[in-house]
Amino acid sequence: MKSSVSRLSLWLLLTPFLLWIVLLVLLPHLQMLRVSFQVRESWDTIAWGIEQYQNFFTESYYWRTFVRTGVMSLFTTFLTLIIAFPIAWYIARLARGRSKGILFLACLIPFWASELVRTYGWMILLRESGLFSSWLQALGWVDGPVEMLYNDVAVIIGLVYNGLLFMVVPLVTTLDGMDENLVEAGYDLGGGHGTVLREIVVPWAMPGIVSGCIVVFMLTLGSYLTPVLMGGKDSAWFTEQIFTQFITRFNWEQGAALGVLLLVLSSVIVWLGLKISGQSLRKVMG
Amino acid sequence: MIRSVPRSRLFDSLYLAYLVAFFVYLALPLLVTAVFAFNDAPFPSLPWKGFTLDWYFADGSEGRTGLFHDDGLLTALWVSAKIAFWVTLVSVALGCVNAVLFERVQFRGKEFLYLLMLLPLVIPGVILGVSILVFYSGMANDMSAAWGIELDLFRPGMPLVVMGQVTFIATLSTLVIAARLRKFDPQLEEAALNLGATPLVAWFTVTLPWLLPSIFGAAAMAFLMSFENFNTTVMLTGSDTPLTVALFNRLREGSTPVLNAVALLLMVGSALLALLVMGRSSR
Repeated sequence: MKSSVSRLSLWLLLTPFLLWIVLLVLLPHLQMLRVSFQVRESWDTIAWGIEQYQNFFTESYYWRTFVRTGVMSLFTTFLTLIIAFPIAWYIARLARGRSKGILFLACLIPFWASELVRTYGWMILLRESGLFSSWLQALGWVDGPVEMLYNDVAVIIGLVYNGLLFMVVPLVTTLDGMDENLVEAGYDLGGGHGTVLREIVVPWAMPGIVSGCIVVFMLTLGSYLTPVLMGGKDSAWFTEQIFTQFITRFNWEQGAALGVLLLVLSSVIVWLGLKISGQSLRKVMG
Repeated sequence: MIRSVPRSRLFDSLYLAYLVAFFVYLALPLLVTAVFAFNDAPFPSLPWKGFTLDWYFADGSEGRTGLFHDDGLLTALWVSAKIAFWVTLVSVALGCVNAVLFERVQFRGKEFLYLLMLLPLVIPGVILGVSILVFYSGMANDMSAAWGIELDLFRPGMPLVVMGQVTFIATLSTLVIAARLRKFDPQLEEAALNLGATPLVAWFTVTLPWLLPSIFGAAAMAFLMSFENFNTTVMLTGSDTPLTVALFNRLREGSTPVLNAVALLLMVGSALLALLVMGRSSR
Protein backbone atom coordinates (compact mmCIF):
# COMPACT_ATOMS: atom_id res chain seq x y z
CA MET A 1 0.00 0.00 0.00
CA LYS A 2 2.62 2.46 1.08
CA SER A 3 4.85 1.77 -1.89
CA SER A 4 2.00 2.20 -4.36
CA VAL A 5 1.20 5.60 -2.83
CA SER A 6 4.79 6.72 -3.11
CA ARG A 7 4.89 5.33 -6.65
CA LEU A 8 1.84 7.38 -7.53
CA SER A 9 3.30 10.55 -6.03
CA LEU A 10 6.56 9.94 -7.87
CA TRP A 11 4.69 9.75 -11.15
CA LEU A 12 2.63 12.81 -10.31
CA LEU A 13 5.84 14.76 -9.71
CA LEU A 14 7.58 13.24 -12.70
CA THR A 15 4.85 13.93 -15.27
CA PRO A 16 5.17 17.73 -15.53
CA PHE A 17 8.94 17.40 -15.71
CA LEU A 18 8.79 14.80 -18.47
CA LEU A 19 6.19 16.76 -20.44
CA TRP A 20 8.42 19.82 -20.30
CA ILE A 21 11.66 18.07 -21.24
CA VAL A 22 10.19 15.78 -23.89
CA LEU A 23 7.78 18.20 -25.57
CA LEU A 24 9.86 21.35 -25.40
CA VAL A 25 13.44 20.14 -25.53
CA LEU A 26 13.97 16.57 -26.79
CA LEU A 27 11.35 16.20 -29.54
CA PRO A 28 11.92 19.66 -31.07
CA HIS A 29 15.67 19.09 -31.23
CA LEU A 30 15.28 15.63 -32.76
CA GLN A 31 12.92 17.09 -35.33
CA MET A 32 15.41 19.86 -36.09
CA LEU A 33 18.07 17.18 -36.64
CA ARG A 34 15.70 15.24 -38.93
CA VAL A 35 14.74 18.28 -40.99
CA SER A 36 18.39 19.16 -41.46
CA PHE A 37 18.84 15.91 -43.41
CA GLN A 38 15.82 16.47 -45.64
CA VAL A 39 16.36 17.67 -49.16
CA ARG A 40 13.44 19.35 -50.87
CA GLU A 41 13.30 18.06 -54.44
CA SER A 42 10.13 19.83 -55.45
CA TRP A 43 7.39 21.56 -53.51
CA ASP A 44 5.90 18.31 -52.18
CA THR A 45 8.58 15.64 -52.47
CA ILE A 46 11.35 15.22 -49.96
CA ALA A 47 14.40 13.01 -50.05
CA TRP A 48 17.10 12.29 -47.50
CA GLY A 49 20.54 13.67 -47.99
CA ILE A 50 23.35 15.76 -46.65
CA GLU A 51 23.05 18.57 -49.15
CA GLN A 52 22.63 21.24 -46.47
CA TYR A 53 25.80 20.16 -44.74
CA GLN A 54 27.65 20.09 -48.06
CA ASN A 55 26.50 23.67 -48.67
CA PHE A 56 28.01 24.62 -45.35
CA PHE A 57 31.44 23.28 -46.26
CA THR A 58 31.49 24.40 -49.88
CA GLU A 59 30.20 27.93 -49.38
CA SER A 60 33.11 29.61 -47.67
CA TYR A 61 30.84 32.36 -46.35
CA TYR A 62 29.11 29.87 -44.04
CA TRP A 63 32.10 28.19 -42.49
CA ARG A 64 34.17 31.36 -42.31
CA THR A 65 31.42 33.01 -40.29
CA PHE A 66 31.16 29.83 -38.20
CA VAL A 67 34.85 29.84 -37.33
CA ARG A 68 34.87 33.60 -36.79
CA THR A 69 31.90 33.39 -34.41
CA GLY A 70 33.52 30.59 -32.44
CA VAL A 71 36.90 32.30 -32.15
CA MET A 72 35.44 35.68 -31.26
CA SER A 73 33.18 34.08 -28.64
CA LEU A 74 36.15 32.35 -27.03
CA PHE A 75 38.13 35.59 -27.05
CA THR A 76 35.19 37.52 -25.56
CA THR A 77 34.82 34.90 -22.82
CA PHE A 78 38.51 35.11 -21.97
CA LEU A 79 38.43 38.91 -21.93
CA THR A 80 35.35 38.91 -19.71
CA LEU A 81 37.11 36.59 -17.26
CA ILE A 82 40.21 38.82 -17.14
CA ILE A 83 38.13 41.96 -16.62
CA ALA A 84 35.78 40.42 -14.07
CA PHE A 85 38.32 38.60 -11.89
CA PRO A 86 39.86 41.63 -10.12
CA ILE A 87 36.37 43.04 -9.54
CA ALA A 88 35.12 39.78 -8.08
CA TRP A 89 38.27 39.51 -5.95
CA TYR A 90 37.73 43.01 -4.60
CA ILE A 91 34.09 42.36 -3.78
CA ALA A 92 34.73 38.95 -2.22
CA ARG A 93 37.96 39.59 -0.32
CA LEU A 94 38.86 43.26 0.04
CA ALA A 95 35.58 45.16 0.43
CA ARG A 96 34.06 45.17 3.89
CA GLY A 97 30.59 45.48 5.36
CA ARG A 98 28.15 47.66 3.48
CA SER A 99 30.42 48.52 0.57
CA LYS A 100 30.60 44.83 -0.28
CA GLY A 101 26.85 44.53 -0.75
CA ILE A 102 26.61 47.84 -2.58
CA LEU A 103 29.39 46.97 -5.04
CA PHE A 104 27.82 43.59 -5.67
CA LEU A 105 24.44 45.18 -6.39
CA ALA A 106 26.10 47.76 -8.63
CA CYS A 107 27.34 44.90 -10.79
CA LEU A 108 23.74 43.81 -11.27
CA ILE A 109 22.45 47.21 -12.40
CA PRO A 110 23.05 46.77 -16.16
CA PHE A 111 20.79 43.76 -16.06
CA TRP A 112 17.79 45.83 -15.15
CA ALA A 113 17.83 46.63 -18.85
CA SER A 114 17.44 44.15 -21.68
CA GLU A 115 20.17 43.31 -24.16
CA LEU A 116 18.46 45.55 -26.69
CA VAL A 117 18.54 48.56 -24.36
CA ARG A 118 22.18 47.94 -23.45
CA THR A 119 23.15 47.69 -27.11
CA TYR A 120 21.18 50.83 -27.86
CA GLY A 121 23.08 52.65 -25.12
CA TRP A 122 26.39 51.66 -26.70
CA MET A 123 25.15 52.80 -30.10
CA ILE A 124 24.34 56.25 -28.70
CA LEU A 125 27.86 56.42 -27.26
CA LEU A 126 29.90 55.06 -30.14
CA ARG A 127 28.28 56.13 -33.39
CA GLU A 128 29.45 58.96 -35.62
CA SER A 129 27.01 61.46 -34.14
CA GLY A 130 27.47 59.84 -30.73
CA LEU A 131 28.74 61.09 -27.43
CA PHE A 132 32.34 59.91 -27.61
CA SER A 133 32.73 61.48 -31.02
CA SER A 134 31.24 64.78 -29.78
CA TRP A 135 33.43 64.77 -26.68
CA LEU A 136 36.58 64.11 -28.68
CA GLN A 137 35.70 67.00 -30.98
CA ALA A 138 34.94 69.30 -28.05
CA LEU A 139 38.34 68.47 -26.57
CA GLY A 140 39.90 69.32 -29.91
CA TRP A 141 41.57 65.90 -30.25
CA VAL A 142 39.94 65.17 -33.60
CA ASP A 143 38.80 67.45 -36.40
CA GLY A 144 35.66 65.78 -37.62
CA PRO A 145 33.16 63.16 -36.40
CA VAL A 146 34.67 59.71 -35.75
CA GLU A 147 32.75 56.51 -36.38
CA MET A 148 33.48 54.03 -33.61
CA LEU A 149 30.51 51.77 -34.24
CA TYR A 150 30.22 49.03 -36.87
CA ASN A 151 33.50 47.22 -36.29
CA ASP A 152 34.73 44.20 -34.37
CA VAL A 153 36.05 46.19 -31.43
CA ALA A 154 32.60 47.69 -30.89
CA VAL A 155 31.05 44.22 -31.06
CA ILE A 156 33.46 42.88 -28.46
CA ILE A 157 32.89 45.86 -26.15
CA GLY A 158 29.16 45.17 -26.34
CA LEU A 159 29.52 41.40 -25.89
CA VAL A 160 31.82 41.72 -22.88
CA TYR A 161 29.36 44.17 -21.37
CA ASN A 162 26.54 41.66 -21.80
CA GLY A 163 28.51 38.85 -20.22
CA LEU A 164 30.07 40.54 -17.20
CA LEU A 165 27.34 39.85 -14.67
CA PHE A 166 27.33 36.15 -15.45
CA MET A 167 31.06 36.07 -14.80
CA VAL A 168 31.16 38.26 -11.68
CA VAL A 169 28.43 36.46 -9.76
CA PRO A 170 29.85 32.90 -9.83
CA LEU A 171 33.36 34.23 -9.21
CA VAL A 172 32.27 36.20 -6.15
CA THR A 173 30.38 33.18 -4.85
CA THR A 174 33.35 30.82 -5.04
CA LEU A 175 35.96 33.36 -3.90
CA ASP A 176 33.78 34.28 -0.94
CA GLY A 177 34.06 30.75 0.39
CA MET A 178 37.86 30.66 0.22
CA ASP A 179 39.84 30.38 3.43
CA GLU A 180 42.30 33.28 3.67
CA ASN A 181 44.69 31.11 5.66
CA LEU A 182 45.39 29.22 2.45
CA VAL A 183 46.57 32.42 0.78
CA GLU A 184 48.61 33.44 3.82
CA ALA A 185 50.17 30.01 3.97
CA GLY A 186 51.12 30.40 0.34
CA TYR A 187 52.92 33.65 1.05
CA ASP A 188 54.52 32.28 4.24
CA LEU A 189 55.94 29.38 2.29
CA GLY A 190 57.69 31.88 0.05
CA GLY A 191 55.31 32.12 -2.87
CA GLY A 192 55.12 35.37 -4.81
CA HIS A 193 51.91 36.94 -6.05
CA GLY A 194 52.02 34.95 -9.28
CA THR A 195 52.63 31.62 -7.58
CA VAL A 196 49.88 32.15 -5.01
CA LEU A 197 47.45 33.14 -7.74
CA ARG A 198 48.35 30.18 -9.91
CA GLU A 199 48.68 27.50 -7.23
CA ILE A 200 46.03 28.50 -4.71
CA VAL A 201 43.51 31.08 -5.89
CA VAL A 202 42.79 29.84 -9.39
CA PRO A 203 42.39 26.15 -8.45
CA TRP A 204 40.05 27.18 -5.65
CA ALA A 205 37.97 29.42 -7.92
CA MET A 206 37.86 26.86 -10.74
CA PRO A 207 34.17 25.90 -10.36
CA GLY A 208 33.25 29.58 -10.51
CA ILE A 209 35.56 30.25 -13.43
CA VAL A 210 34.19 27.32 -15.40
CA SER A 211 30.54 28.10 -14.73
CA GLY A 212 31.07 31.78 -15.56
CA CYS A 213 32.93 30.92 -18.74
CA ILE A 214 30.30 28.42 -19.89
CA VAL A 215 27.45 30.87 -19.41
CA VAL A 216 29.29 33.79 -21.01
CA PHE A 217 30.41 31.64 -23.92
CA MET A 218 26.89 30.35 -24.54
CA LEU A 219 25.43 33.85 -24.35
CA THR A 220 28.05 35.27 -26.69
CA LEU A 221 27.85 32.47 -29.23
CA GLY A 222 24.07 32.68 -29.31
CA SER A 223 23.80 36.45 -29.24
CA TYR A 224 22.17 38.19 -32.13
CA LEU A 225 21.34 41.79 -31.26
CA THR A 226 24.82 42.98 -30.32
CA PRO A 227 26.68 41.71 -33.43
CA VAL A 228 23.85 42.72 -35.77
CA LEU A 229 23.38 46.23 -34.41
CA MET A 230 26.99 47.05 -33.53
CA GLY A 231 28.88 45.07 -36.16
CA GLY A 232 29.88 46.27 -39.59
CA LYS A 233 29.41 44.67 -42.98
CA ASP A 234 32.30 42.30 -42.42
CA SER A 235 31.40 41.21 -38.93
CA ALA A 236 28.69 38.66 -39.65
CA TRP A 237 27.64 36.41 -36.77
CA PHE A 238 26.52 32.82 -37.22
CA THR A 239 23.13 33.31 -35.55
CA GLU A 240 22.45 35.96 -38.17
CA GLN A 241 22.68 33.32 -40.90
CA ILE A 242 20.27 31.06 -39.05
CA PHE A 243 17.80 33.93 -38.81
CA THR A 244 18.24 34.73 -42.49
CA GLN A 245 17.49 31.14 -43.54
CA PHE A 246 14.39 30.93 -41.39
CA ILE A 247 12.90 34.38 -41.59
CA THR A 248 13.86 35.87 -44.95
CA ARG A 249 14.51 32.81 -47.13
CA PHE A 250 12.08 30.31 -45.57
CA ASN A 251 14.72 27.67 -46.14
CA TRP A 252 14.04 25.62 -43.03
CA GLU A 253 16.22 22.69 -44.09
CA GLN A 254 19.34 24.84 -44.45
CA GLY A 255 18.47 26.78 -41.30
CA ALA A 256 18.03 23.57 -39.32
CA ALA A 257 21.41 22.29 -40.54
CA LEU A 258 23.10 25.52 -39.46
CA GLY A 259 21.28 25.29 -36.12
CA VAL A 260 22.55 21.74 -35.58
CA LEU A 261 26.09 22.87 -36.38
CA LEU A 262 25.89 25.73 -33.89
CA LEU A 263 24.56 23.35 -31.25
CA VAL A 264 27.39 20.88 -31.95
CA LEU A 265 29.98 23.65 -31.70
CA SER A 266 28.65 24.91 -28.39
CA SER A 267 28.29 21.42 -26.92
CA VAL A 268 31.81 20.42 -27.96
CA ILE A 269 33.37 23.54 -26.49
CA VAL A 270 31.40 23.28 -23.25
CA TRP A 271 32.34 19.60 -22.97
CA LEU A 272 36.00 20.35 -23.65
CA GLY A 273 35.95 23.13 -21.07
CA LEU A 274 34.55 20.75 -18.46
CA LYS A 275 37.04 17.98 -19.35
CA ILE A 276 40.09 20.24 -19.31
CA SER A 277 39.16 21.84 -16.02
CA GLY A 278 38.05 18.53 -14.50
CA GLN A 279 34.60 19.83 -13.55
CA SER A 280 31.16 18.33 -14.07
CA LEU A 281 28.09 20.08 -15.42
CA ARG A 282 26.18 19.28 -12.28
CA LYS A 283 28.80 20.89 -10.06
CA VAL A 284 29.17 24.11 -12.04
CA MET A 285 25.56 24.71 -13.04
CA GLY A 286 23.42 23.06 -10.39
CA MET B 1 46.36 40.12 -2.16
CA ILE B 2 44.26 39.69 0.93
CA ARG B 3 43.75 42.28 3.65
CA SER B 4 46.43 40.83 5.90
CA VAL B 5 49.11 40.92 3.18
CA PRO B 6 50.69 44.37 2.87
CA ARG B 7 50.19 46.15 -0.43
CA SER B 8 51.97 49.13 -1.93
CA ARG B 9 50.19 52.48 -2.23
CA LEU B 10 50.71 52.51 -5.96
CA PHE B 11 49.04 49.13 -6.29
CA ASP B 12 46.13 50.26 -4.14
CA SER B 13 45.50 53.40 -6.13
CA LEU B 14 45.76 51.52 -9.45
CA TYR B 15 43.30 48.95 -8.18
CA LEU B 16 40.92 51.70 -7.11
CA ALA B 17 41.21 53.42 -10.49
CA TYR B 18 40.38 50.11 -12.17
CA LEU B 19 37.29 49.69 -9.99
CA VAL B 20 36.10 53.19 -10.81
CA ALA B 21 36.70 52.68 -14.54
CA PHE B 22 34.80 49.39 -14.37
CA PHE B 23 31.73 50.89 -12.78
CA VAL B 24 31.76 53.83 -15.19
CA TYR B 25 31.84 51.29 -18.03
CA LEU B 26 28.85 49.53 -16.47
CA ALA B 27 26.78 52.65 -15.88
CA LEU B 28 27.56 54.81 -18.90
CA PRO B 29 25.39 53.21 -21.62
CA LEU B 30 22.36 53.08 -19.36
CA LEU B 31 22.90 56.60 -18.10
CA VAL B 32 23.06 58.16 -21.56
CA THR B 33 20.04 56.16 -22.69
CA ALA B 34 18.07 57.50 -19.76
CA VAL B 35 19.24 61.09 -20.14
CA PHE B 36 18.41 61.35 -23.83
CA ALA B 37 14.81 60.35 -23.15
CA PHE B 38 14.42 64.00 -22.05
CA ASN B 39 16.39 65.84 -24.72
CA ASP B 40 14.30 68.33 -26.69
CA ALA B 41 15.67 67.20 -30.07
CA PRO B 42 14.38 64.72 -32.67
CA PHE B 43 17.52 62.58 -32.53
CA PRO B 44 19.21 61.13 -29.40
CA SER B 45 22.60 62.84 -29.67
CA LEU B 46 24.42 65.96 -28.52
CA PRO B 47 24.05 68.95 -28.37
CA TRP B 48 21.67 69.16 -25.45
CA LYS B 49 18.65 71.21 -26.49
CA GLY B 50 16.85 71.43 -23.18
CA PHE B 51 14.53 69.29 -21.06
CA THR B 52 11.22 67.98 -22.39
CA LEU B 53 8.64 65.34 -21.56
CA ASP B 54 7.48 65.24 -25.19
CA TRP B 55 8.89 61.74 -25.74
CA TYR B 56 6.42 60.47 -23.18
CA PHE B 57 3.39 62.73 -23.54
CA ALA B 58 3.35 64.43 -26.98
CA ASP B 59 0.14 63.47 -28.80
CA GLY B 60 1.45 63.69 -32.35
CA SER B 61 -0.01 67.11 -33.16
CA GLU B 62 3.39 68.76 -33.50
CA GLY B 63 5.08 65.99 -35.39
CA ARG B 64 6.18 64.21 -32.22
CA THR B 65 4.45 61.15 -30.87
CA GLY B 66 5.30 60.34 -27.26
CA LEU B 67 5.32 56.81 -25.88
CA PHE B 68 1.92 57.11 -24.20
CA HIS B 69 0.30 58.01 -27.53
CA ASP B 70 2.23 55.48 -29.60
CA ASP B 71 -0.30 52.70 -30.17
CA GLY B 72 2.22 50.35 -31.76
CA LEU B 73 4.52 50.38 -28.76
CA LEU B 74 1.72 50.29 -26.21
CA THR B 75 0.19 47.24 -27.90
CA ALA B 76 3.61 45.56 -27.94
CA LEU B 77 4.03 46.35 -24.24
CA TRP B 78 0.70 44.69 -23.50
CA VAL B 79 1.62 41.62 -25.57
CA SER B 80 4.90 41.30 -23.67
CA ALA B 81 3.08 41.61 -20.36
CA LYS B 82 0.66 38.81 -21.30
CA ILE B 83 3.47 36.54 -22.45
CA ALA B 84 5.49 37.26 -19.30
CA PHE B 85 2.46 36.49 -17.13
CA TRP B 86 1.95 33.03 -18.62
CA VAL B 87 5.66 32.24 -18.68
CA THR B 88 5.96 33.20 -15.01
CA LEU B 89 2.96 31.12 -14.01
CA VAL B 90 4.08 27.98 -15.85
CA SER B 91 7.79 28.26 -14.99
CA VAL B 92 7.22 28.81 -11.28
CA ALA B 93 4.70 25.95 -11.07
CA LEU B 94 7.13 23.66 -12.91
CA GLY B 95 9.97 24.94 -10.73
CA CYS B 96 8.13 23.98 -7.52
CA VAL B 97 7.27 20.48 -8.73
CA ASN B 98 10.78 19.89 -10.09
CA ALA B 99 12.38 21.17 -6.88
CA VAL B 100 10.40 18.65 -4.82
CA LEU B 101 11.17 15.93 -7.34
CA PHE B 102 14.93 16.48 -7.21
CA GLU B 103 15.36 17.41 -3.55
CA ARG B 104 12.90 15.15 -1.73
CA VAL B 105 12.29 12.04 -3.79
CA GLN B 106 14.71 9.20 -4.44
CA PHE B 107 14.36 7.27 -7.66
CA ARG B 108 16.46 5.50 -10.24
CA GLY B 109 17.91 7.63 -13.03
CA LYS B 110 17.64 10.83 -10.98
CA GLU B 111 21.15 11.95 -11.84
CA PHE B 112 20.46 11.58 -15.55
CA LEU B 113 17.17 13.48 -15.35
CA TYR B 114 18.91 16.24 -13.42
CA LEU B 115 21.36 16.65 -16.28
CA LEU B 116 18.43 16.76 -18.71
CA MET B 117 16.91 19.47 -16.54
CA LEU B 118 20.10 21.55 -16.89
CA LEU B 119 20.25 21.01 -20.65
CA PRO B 120 18.27 24.12 -21.72
CA LEU B 121 20.95 26.28 -20.07
CA VAL B 122 23.64 25.08 -22.43
CA ILE B 123 21.58 25.41 -25.60
CA PRO B 124 21.76 28.83 -27.27
CA GLY B 125 18.43 30.67 -27.14
CA VAL B 126 18.26 30.90 -30.92
CA ILE B 127 18.37 27.12 -31.22
CA LEU B 128 15.63 26.67 -28.63
CA GLY B 129 13.46 28.97 -30.72
CA VAL B 130 14.37 27.36 -34.03
CA SER B 131 13.76 23.81 -32.84
CA ILE B 132 10.34 24.63 -31.41
CA LEU B 133 9.42 26.47 -34.60
CA VAL B 134 10.49 23.52 -36.75
CA PHE B 135 8.67 20.97 -34.62
CA TYR B 136 5.36 22.69 -33.88
CA SER B 137 4.96 24.95 -36.86
CA GLY B 138 6.11 22.12 -39.12
CA MET B 139 3.53 19.85 -37.49
CA ALA B 140 0.82 22.46 -38.12
CA ASN B 141 1.88 22.69 -41.77
CA ASP B 142 1.88 18.91 -42.23
CA MET B 143 -1.52 18.54 -40.56
CA SER B 144 -2.93 21.21 -42.78
CA ALA B 145 -1.47 19.68 -45.95
CA ALA B 146 -2.37 16.07 -45.15
CA TRP B 147 -5.78 16.27 -43.49
CA GLY B 148 -6.82 19.88 -43.74
CA ILE B 149 -6.73 20.23 -39.95
CA GLU B 150 -5.72 23.75 -38.90
CA LEU B 151 -3.68 23.82 -35.69
CA ASP B 152 -3.46 27.59 -35.33
CA LEU B 153 -2.19 27.16 -31.79
CA PHE B 154 1.10 25.89 -33.21
CA ARG B 155 1.57 28.62 -35.78
CA PRO B 156 4.02 31.36 -34.82
CA GLY B 157 2.32 33.50 -32.21
CA MET B 158 1.86 33.96 -28.50
CA PRO B 159 1.43 30.29 -27.47
CA LEU B 160 4.66 29.32 -29.21
CA VAL B 161 6.52 32.26 -27.68
CA VAL B 162 5.34 31.18 -24.22
CA MET B 163 6.45 27.61 -24.89
CA GLY B 164 9.85 28.73 -26.17
CA GLN B 165 10.52 30.93 -23.17
CA VAL B 166 9.29 28.36 -20.63
CA THR B 167 11.85 25.91 -22.02
CA PHE B 168 14.79 27.66 -20.38
CA ILE B 169 13.14 29.86 -17.75
CA ALA B 170 11.71 26.75 -16.05
CA THR B 171 15.27 25.47 -15.51
CA LEU B 172 16.25 28.72 -13.82
CA SER B 173 13.21 28.81 -11.56
CA THR B 174 13.81 25.15 -10.65
CA LEU B 175 17.38 25.97 -9.59
CA VAL B 176 16.24 28.96 -7.49
CA ILE B 177 13.48 27.07 -5.67
CA ALA B 178 15.51 23.86 -5.26
CA ALA B 179 18.35 25.83 -3.63
CA ARG B 180 15.92 27.06 -0.98
CA LEU B 181 14.31 23.66 -0.48
CA ARG B 182 17.77 22.15 0.11
CA LYS B 183 18.15 24.38 3.20
CA PHE B 184 14.79 23.27 4.61
CA ASP B 185 14.92 21.14 7.74
CA PRO B 186 12.74 18.06 7.05
CA GLN B 187 12.23 17.65 10.80
CA LEU B 188 9.86 20.62 10.71
CA GLU B 189 7.64 18.75 8.30
CA GLU B 190 7.93 15.57 10.38
CA ALA B 191 6.87 17.55 13.43
CA ALA B 192 3.77 18.70 11.59
CA LEU B 193 3.02 15.12 10.59
CA ASN B 194 3.52 13.92 14.18
CA LEU B 195 1.12 16.59 15.38
CA GLY B 196 -1.52 15.07 13.16
CA ALA B 197 -1.31 17.02 9.92
CA THR B 198 -1.87 15.17 6.66
CA PRO B 199 1.06 15.38 4.22
CA LEU B 200 -0.87 17.87 2.10
CA VAL B 201 -1.63 20.13 5.09
CA ALA B 202 1.99 19.89 6.23
CA TRP B 203 3.13 20.92 2.76
CA PHE B 204 0.86 23.95 2.62
CA THR B 205 1.39 25.14 6.20
CA VAL B 206 5.09 24.37 6.74
CA THR B 207 7.04 23.77 3.52
CA LEU B 208 5.34 26.20 1.18
CA PRO B 209 5.69 29.24 3.51
CA TRP B 210 9.39 28.38 3.80
CA LEU B 211 9.71 28.33 0.01
CA LEU B 212 7.74 31.53 -0.50
CA PRO B 213 10.68 33.97 -0.71
CA SER B 214 12.33 31.83 -3.38
CA ILE B 215 9.02 31.53 -5.23
CA PHE B 216 8.71 35.31 -5.34
CA GLY B 217 12.32 35.59 -6.42
CA ALA B 218 11.85 33.01 -9.15
CA ALA B 219 8.64 34.73 -10.31
CA ALA B 220 10.31 38.14 -10.57
CA MET B 221 13.26 36.63 -12.42
CA ALA B 222 10.98 34.72 -14.79
CA PHE B 223 8.92 37.82 -15.51
CA LEU B 224 11.96 39.96 -16.27
CA MET B 225 13.68 37.32 -18.38
CA SER B 226 10.55 36.76 -20.39
CA PHE B 227 10.01 40.48 -20.87
CA GLU B 228 13.57 41.04 -22.02
CA ASN B 229 14.05 37.96 -24.14
CA PHE B 230 14.73 38.49 -27.80
CA ASN B 231 16.60 35.54 -29.32
CA THR B 232 14.04 32.84 -28.65
CA THR B 233 11.05 35.15 -29.03
CA VAL B 234 11.90 36.55 -32.44
CA MET B 235 11.85 33.10 -34.04
CA LEU B 236 8.40 32.28 -32.68
CA THR B 237 6.50 35.52 -32.81
CA GLY B 238 3.59 36.01 -35.17
CA SER B 239 1.69 39.16 -36.00
CA ASP B 240 1.35 40.20 -32.36
CA THR B 241 4.91 41.38 -31.75
CA PRO B 242 6.17 41.71 -28.18
CA LEU B 243 8.03 44.80 -27.06
CA THR B 244 11.63 43.75 -27.65
CA VAL B 245 10.88 42.71 -31.22
CA ALA B 246 8.90 45.90 -31.87
CA LEU B 247 11.75 47.99 -30.47
CA PHE B 248 14.26 46.14 -32.64
CA ASN B 249 12.19 46.85 -35.75
CA ARG B 250 11.96 50.53 -34.80
CA LEU B 251 15.67 50.70 -34.15
CA ARG B 252 16.42 49.39 -37.63
CA GLU B 253 14.37 52.24 -39.10
CA GLY B 254 16.40 54.76 -37.13
CA SER B 255 16.57 55.83 -33.54
CA THR B 256 14.30 58.42 -31.96
CA PRO B 257 14.15 59.53 -28.33
CA VAL B 258 10.90 57.56 -28.00
CA LEU B 259 13.09 54.45 -27.87
CA ASN B 260 15.02 56.05 -25.01
CA ALA B 261 11.73 56.77 -23.29
CA VAL B 262 10.70 53.08 -23.54
CA ALA B 263 14.15 51.97 -22.40
CA LEU B 264 14.02 54.18 -19.32
CA LEU B 265 10.52 52.97 -18.50
CA LEU B 266 11.72 49.35 -18.71
CA MET B 267 14.74 50.07 -16.50
CA VAL B 268 12.60 51.75 -13.86
CA GLY B 269 10.09 48.91 -14.03
CA SER B 270 12.75 46.21 -13.56
CA ALA B 271 14.43 48.16 -10.78
CA LEU B 272 11.13 48.50 -8.90
CA LEU B 273 10.38 44.81 -9.32
CA ALA B 274 13.87 43.89 -8.09
CA LEU B 275 13.60 46.18 -5.06
CA LEU B 276 10.15 44.82 -4.25
CA VAL B 277 11.41 41.24 -4.21
CA MET B 278 14.53 42.11 -2.23
CA GLY B 279 12.40 44.04 0.26
CA ARG B 280 10.13 41.05 0.72
CA SER B 281 12.87 38.50 1.11
CA SER B 282 14.82 40.56 3.64
CA ARG B 283 11.78 40.88 5.87
